[in-house]
Amino acid sequence: MSESKLTTDKKSDVKKIEDQGILKGLEQLTPEKIESVINQVINDETGARLKVYVDTCVHCGMCSKGCHFFLSLNDPKFSPAGKVKQTLWEILRKKGKVSPEFIKDAATVAYTQCNLCKRCAMYCPFGLDVAYVMSVMRRICHKLGVVPLYIQDTAHSHSATMNQMWVKDDEWVDTLMWQEEEAQEAIENLRIPLDKEGADIFYSVIGPEPKFRAQLIFQAAVIMNAANENWTMPSMPGWDNSDMCMFTGDYEMMERLKRRHFESALNLRAKRIVMGECGHAFRSVYDVGNRALGWKMPPIEVVHAIEYYNELFEQNKIKIKKKFDRPVTLHDPCNIVRGRGLHEMARNIVKATCSEFIEMTPNREHNYCCSAGGGVINCGPPFKNARVESGKAKAKQLFAAKAKGAEVVIAPCHNCHGGLEDIIHHYGVDMELKFFGDIIYEILELPES
Amino acid sequence: MHDFYYFATGPFAWIAFLVFIGGSIWRFRSLLELAKRKDSIVFEYMDTKFALRSIVHWLIPFGSRSMKINPTMTVVTFLFHICIFLTPLFVFGHVILWKENFNISWFTLPNAVADLMTFIVIASCIFFLWRRIKLPDVKYLTTPLDFIILFIVAAPFITGFWVYHQFSGFAVMTIIHIISGEIMLMAIPFTKLFHMFLFPFTRGYIGSEFGGVRMAKDW
Ligand code: HEM
Ligand code: HEM
Ligand code: SF4
Ligand code: SF4
Ligand code: SF4
Repeated sequence: MSESKLTTDKKSDVKKIEDQGILKGLEQLTPEKIESVINQVINDETGARLKVYVDTCVHCGMCSKGCHFFLSLNDPKFSPAGKVKQTLWEILRKKGKVSPEFIKDAATVAYTQCNLCKRCAMYCPFGLDVAYVMSVMRRICHKLGVVPLYIQDTAHSHSATMNQMWVKDDEWVDTLMWQEEEAQEAIENLRIPLDKEGADIFYSVIGPEPKFRAQLIFQAAVIMNAANENWTMPSMPGWDNSDMCMFTGDYEMMERLKRRHFESALNLRAKRIVMGECGHAFRSVYDVGNRALGWKMPPIEVVHAIEYYNELFEQNKIKIKKKFDRPVTLHDPCNIVRGRGLHEMARNIVKATCSEFIEMTPNREHNYCCSAGGGVINCGPPFKNARVESGKAKAKQLFAAKAKGAEVVIAPCHNCHGGLEDIIHHYGVDMELKFFGDIIYEILELPES
Repeated sequence: MHDFYYFATGPFAWIAFLVFIGGSIWRFRSLLELAKRKDSIVFEYMDTKFALRSIVHWLIPFGSRSMKINPTMTVVTFLFHICIFLTPLFVFGHVILWKENFNISWFTLPNAVADLMTFIVIASCIFFLWRRIKLPDVKYLTTPLDFIILFIVAAPFITGFWVYHQFSGFAVMTIIHIISGEIMLMAIPFTKLFHMFLFPFTRGYIGSEFGGVRMAKDW
């Protein structure tokens, strides 16, 4: 339909973006407040890493091709080091004496022009971690109260309800019971065991699942039952493993969320946590939140759905009727590939479930992010067009896989689904998106009742 | 004239080496001290095996995808770095100085090779300069200091070549050469040139994170 959209070299105009959260926050800023908050964050919360990342940079631009924003927009402002220049480079040089106008642009860069995907760290000869620098910028913006409206709303929801989507406690249990009923049509006597002590698996999901994609819960329930697992889900807050506070820079709240999630599992004496197909939630539990709480590695084994499904096939715990027979390609989500090295397991699952697999290139650790990650999609409509523009490199990559015959994109991450959906629609890629759970559910041989 | 020469090879040379070595130790220690206080995470996750794995991949030409998709830069930067490091150590004029002053000597480069290596450094600097002016992303990152540093780096090689080939005014040029070399040494601890010492640590840390926690490659 519109591959032409790939060639128009339109540069997205940052200045035009007006976000009420950022604008309202700016009204309350004075130069003194900016300076004191910045220096508090720099002096109390950062150290040698930030200094080395900013000072060691030789301004060589090798990282540019590491970033899909730069590849898509071909604008130097979107190269990783270019984003550092617009944020902490300036802040450190001026020792925090920057204007509210500067903070407005810096917030836009840090929240909406970087997915914190860490791909650039693999392209910089020194391994400088621009995602870390952007997180520091977000932390400053959070403390200044300059955060995009939509993502701040999800952070508020986290603090009021301990889940991302304002799901009330009774709605959560209702949803589980409703999904249990639905799933009983597939497997008679199927249960979603709530608060079962000593289960092998504590299954947690992200807030948007009960809200928008409840069928994923019943699919998971069917798979768990088919595999004959001893599993459970919590009935009380702690069930949501997602974390937008990690992305707004609200680390205090992030710690509360992660503690509640770990405690839910530990109080039930579960053997391990299995998480649904989400990338950022996994990052928050496995990488960021646990460390913020002082654990070098998570206090209880944390397993992403990919690792779990792979195990099901390796141990022959489930059987399939036949392989999924449309040609598939696989999107490697940053947070579980660059974040946890699950790419080979993902390929094992593809081999076990699909008859034809077409790699997209680049792949594995080098895959492009969907442009939605790091909370960017959660910044909502004001930034949507810019985000989809930044996905041009991704669109080209999808078109190339499609040209080789792929019809279905497997994306084992919620955020990626959101981002890829918009890209597929905008550029007219016309491919279908699926989770691994969708495919496994579709071809699963149900146990005889 | 002679006074200048003696100043440049005598007291100023001592000062230059002191500033270079002392400054580097100071910079290292202050970073280490800061890291101990504020980034204990770095020490927790640093892992010798994964650090070395990453460093080795990034020291092999075309060992990373980044180098593969930037082939010209990779070839130039490797040649440049090899030459900038080895030439001053093994160029005949320098070894002679060590011999005369401290009575120690070692292998010297054949003339033609020294010339070629010097030429490579100068040409590379011109290439870097071209990138800084022509490539939009590099241009956007370039500060006036980057040009100055590039000049500081190229100067000892241009002047060294001049002196060696005894072009006109080489007596004055000798002094300029020595001073420019000394300025370059002194600039190392206080500018981005310090990257030569920080590389193993920044690469090692990200390598450890990727290897130990993220279980992924970083090259
Ligand atoms: C082994 C790790 C090292 C790596 C990965 C590395 C990497 C780089 C890179 C990427 C540049 C950028 C070129 C540019 O666009 O300006 C550069 C420049 C430079 N490097 Fe290194 N370097 C290393 C070690 C060294 C060492 C040991 C020396 C000195 C003996 C050195 C001296 C220089 C100089 C003088 C420049 C030019 C500065 C400039 O362009 O402004 N480097 N290096
Ligand atoms: C400590 C200060 C230095 C002194 C006293 C010094 C002295 C000399 C002398 C006496 C020569 C030989 C000239 C001849 O053969 O007639 C020479 C050549 C040379 N120097 Fe230095 N130098 C110094 C620093 C440096 C530095 C820091 C560099 C580069 C990083 C450098 C690069 C060269 C090169 C490349 C040549 C030879 C050029 C060629 O063979 O074409 N020098 N230097
Ligand atoms: S989006 Fe990814 S590659 Fe681009 S700057 Fe951010 S972390 Fe780096
Ligand atoms: S590749 Fe690394 S050193 Fe070069 S500009 Fe980018 S961040 Fe700086
Ligand atoms: S949404 Fe997916 S592709 Fe994008 S950053 Fe997250 S894991 Fe990566």
